[in-house]
Amino acid sequence: MNYRRSYFIFTCLVFGFAFLYVPILSMVFYSFNASKLVTVWDSANSPTLRWYASLLHNDEILDAAWISLKVAVINASGSVILGTLAGFGLARFTQFRGRFTLNAMTTAPLVMPEVITGLSLLLLFVALEQWIGWPAGRGLTTMTIAHMTFSMAYVTVVVQSRMATFDTTLEEAAMDLGALPIKVFFVITLPIIFPAILSGWLLAFTLSWDDLVISSFTSGPGSSTLPMVVFSKVRLGVSPEINVLATLTITVVTIMIVGAGLWMSRAAKLETAAD
Amino acid sequence: MANSGEAVKAAPWRDPRARPYVEIERVTKAFGDFKAVDDVSLNIYKGEIFCLLGASGCGKTTLLRMLGGFETPTSGRILIDGEDMTGVPPYERPVNMMFQSYALFPHMNVEQNVAFGLKQDRVPRAEIAERVATMLELVKLGGFAKRKPHQLSGGQRQRVALARSLVKRPKVLLLDEPLGALDKKLREHTQFELMALQDKLGVTFLVVTHDQEEAMTLASRIGVMDHGEIVQAGTPSEIYEFPQSKFVADFVGSVNIFEGKLLEDEPEYVRIGSEELGGTIHVSHGISAAPEATVWAAIRPEKIFMSTAPPVSSGQGNDNLVRGAVQDIAYLGDLSIYLVKLPTGKVVRVTQPNTSRHAEAITWEQQVYLSWDASSPVVVTR
Amino acid sequence: MKSLRALSRIGISGRGLVVSLPYLWLLLFFVVPFVIVLKISFSDIDLAIPPYKPLIEWVGKNSLAIRVNFNNYAFLFTDPLYIHAFLNSIKVAFISTLLCLLIGYPIAYGIARSTATTRNVLLLMVMLPFWTSLLLRVYAWIGLLKANGVINNILMNWLHVIHEPLTMLYTPFAMYVGIVYSYLPFMILPLYANLEKMDWQLLEAAEDLGCRPWQAFYKITLPLSRNGIQAGSMLVFIPAVGEFVIPALLGGPNALMIGRVLWDEFFSNRAWPVASAVAILLLILLVPFMMWYQNVQARESAGAR
Repeated sequence: MNYRRSYFIFTCLVFGFAFLYVPILSMVFYSFNASKLVTVWDSANSPTLRWYASLLHNDEILDAAWISLKVAVINASGSVILGTLAGFGLARFTQFRGRFTLNAMTTAPLVMPEVITGLSLLLLFVALEQWIGWPAGRGLTTMTIAHMTFSMAYVTVVVQSRMATFDTTLEEAAMDLGALPIKVFFVITLPIIFPAILSGWLLAFTLSWDDLVISSFTSGPGSSTLPMVVFSKVRLGVSPEINVLATLTITVVTIMIVGAGLWMSRAAKLETAAD
Repeated sequence: MANSGEAVKAAPWRDPRARPYVEIERVTKAFGDFKAVDDVSLNIYKGEIFCLLGASGCGKTTLLRMLGGFETPTSGRILIDGEDMTGVPPYERPVNMMFQSYALFPHMNVEQNVAFGLKQDRVPRAEIAERVATMLELVKLGGFAKRKPHQLSGGQRQRVALARSLVKRPKVLLLDEPLGALDKKLREHTQFELMALQDKLGVTFLVVTHDQEEAMTLASRIGVMDHGEIVQAGTPSEIYEFPQSKFVADFVGSVNIFEGKLLEDEPEYVRIGSEELGGTIHVSHGISAAPEATVWAAIRPEKIFMSTAPPVSSGQGNDNLVRGAVQDIAYLGDLSIYLVKLPTGKVVRVTQPNTSRHAEAITWEQQVYLSWDASSPVVVTR
Repeated sequence: MKSLRALSRIGISGRGLVVSLPYLWLLLFFVVPFVIVLKISFSDIDLAIPPYKPLIEWVGKNSLAIRVNFNNYAFLFTDPLYIHAFLNSIKVAFISTLLCLLIGYPIAYGIARSTATTRNVLLLMVMLPFWTSLLLRVYAWIGLLKANGVINNILMNWLHVIHEPLTMLYTPFAMYVGIVYSYLPFMILPLYANLEKMDWQLLEAAEDLGCRPWQAFYKITLPLSRNGIQAGSMLVFIPAVGEFVIPALLGGPNALMIGRVLWDEFFSNRAWPVASAVAILLLILLVPFMMWYQNVQARESAGAR
């Protein structure tokens, strides 16, 4: 590699990652600040865990977190089923009626502005309620359905790209040895693409957990999610409890990312070694 | 060498009463306008090792896949042991395939891989364990049962793939380029192992390969394929010594081909005048060709004698004799390849074994005489 | 097995069953809603629940009145606020995309050219912000940019470079920072995916033939990474046009983005028909870009095969 260029690239990398991480690290840093003003460091009383304790007693945030968790888990599980079917179908079946439409419907949500998706889903629910009485009012059900609709598009992409590098001779060998296609899917394909499905689940979970706009449109009274609560607080300015929340979130995400990274490299070794 | 099996020693393909085990009847496979396999008919007999030999794209793999059930013929039938296999999916055929990439299931260990097919047939568990253990012993992987594919070497994985497909006792085993991924020494060793295994189990093998050395070693019969058609089928020696076309003559081994016209056409011999050669060829057998037709005489490099002094007269006058100058020499240890340029410009390939360590070597630019026996040339008309 | 063949004879294939579930779901919950939005964009506002008059009504016993109201659209086209919001959104999204490209390309390039272990670590480091809530990351910038925030603190109290705090929050500048920051991973990842597949020996061949490094980059690397650039740009541009959260939290009252307009019409003014009209116009604006994105994706996967 050309040495002249590498200094430039190296500098870009350093500044780029600094740009990405300085805000995150500053949030973590100031979560230990005793001052209510968050960014004005109160050296007399800091560092402190005062806001951590206060967060644990904040019912509004805890209730919202619980609701977010419920929605995210159901959403992730449902999206994974829908997304795996769609991703598998699009990757494996090169021709079927409606393929173009399915492909379009699974790529559009990836780029569609959330305000449009949110608005359209709310209007659908309102129309459905008028027409057949279901869903009755907005709440967890409507939010979950809305989340599943856009999450499954992401899962589809993940599964579809995994299937693109999947060794089809493994499926052919299984059929050659007497297994029916549906058995091949469950006994051979699924176990091998499992890491991709897992990452799809995590992706759907995270998208749902963090979602603000679509949740705002499709939620009802008493079903405020965590991002909705955070947003209403943050509109007014900084709040130390939000810093604590951010720190906790970042910690969890870091652990999961590192863990997932280790898992994936192990799984990749299995696959490449098999030919 | 080779082509073992009592059933096969009897050369059933020459017996009109013998019933073929696999019948490929006028099978065509078309992808749009392109015919990957074009009206192929072939009979394969029980216990044979039949090799489909051809360059990439000639259709041999497509034909193999049709036998395995992974492609359906556009027209024609395939019968295995008398049963019509049209429309039968791979999981219902009494045929098993060994894939070029081995296709071992990475999330299962060796034992589970080999047992997979038996599990699909709902064979009782005790019997599965026994058959798997026997088969692993047979392929010399006795202690490897619990290992996973990524912990095995290339040769070991191949044996697992073999064990996995043979443990079901299929009627026919299809092998897709079985030795392609192995290095030279391993390849030779495995060739003999494969043949020993086949002899012991008596399974009919159908092998697809582009490597003619592999085909010549393994096969009881070879089918040479080109552009979707089988251009010639026969035993290795038949293919090598009696090619029926320029293509086959050139494809298997190296050959010198001289274009010429028939000068004399008698039942016991023909004489061909070749401008390319700058001389005449006397062939000691008759051929059937239209008068005045253009024919080609194919002579293998090892059948040409090269000498610095004119050879003793063979009673054929100036037939089967030319002079030339050595243009290039390749010394391969056991033999040497000489490229000799004739006055007409044509370059002839001659191989000679290096029988003596201190022989007076023939060098570049040296004038030599090339001659051959009248029985050596093969005359082809296409 | 025989039953499977029987099923296919009556037209139900395994394949059909696999794809029909996601297909029907998306049809009902993704496509149909757009039709409804279109319908409501043509209706009148009403002080009722839901706050719009129905499009089709029975009038008397035997006649049907279909009331298609173009007012909403007329309103949008004539009121300068909305036109300004649309144009501003496009401008902001475009500039943000460009900035993301300028910052993100070197990063993606650097990652693609690193050794395997470094690469994995760097990728994980790009993924971490991606997986952290956008809301929280935008919130971080509030703390950094405000009058008594981190940046001003450092500049004023530590480095003594300025004497009065800079106004950064609630300005278009803050909004750009926020958008570029949030969407950077969406630019880096497709770029990286594309660059990773490059054959670096092409550059060596070019240099061997007399090309200088920057020329080689311009003539070889850049054109070959075209798909990645386009994919990344679409992944940033299209959602950025309709972005709501960042303008709302960082932009202040002068940062007029169409996403915010839609939100305000809907939640503050309860003007559902107008909001629907805004959505439809926004959709029409973005559909060509979405189709371009799909095209790029198809090209990339065809090239990979």
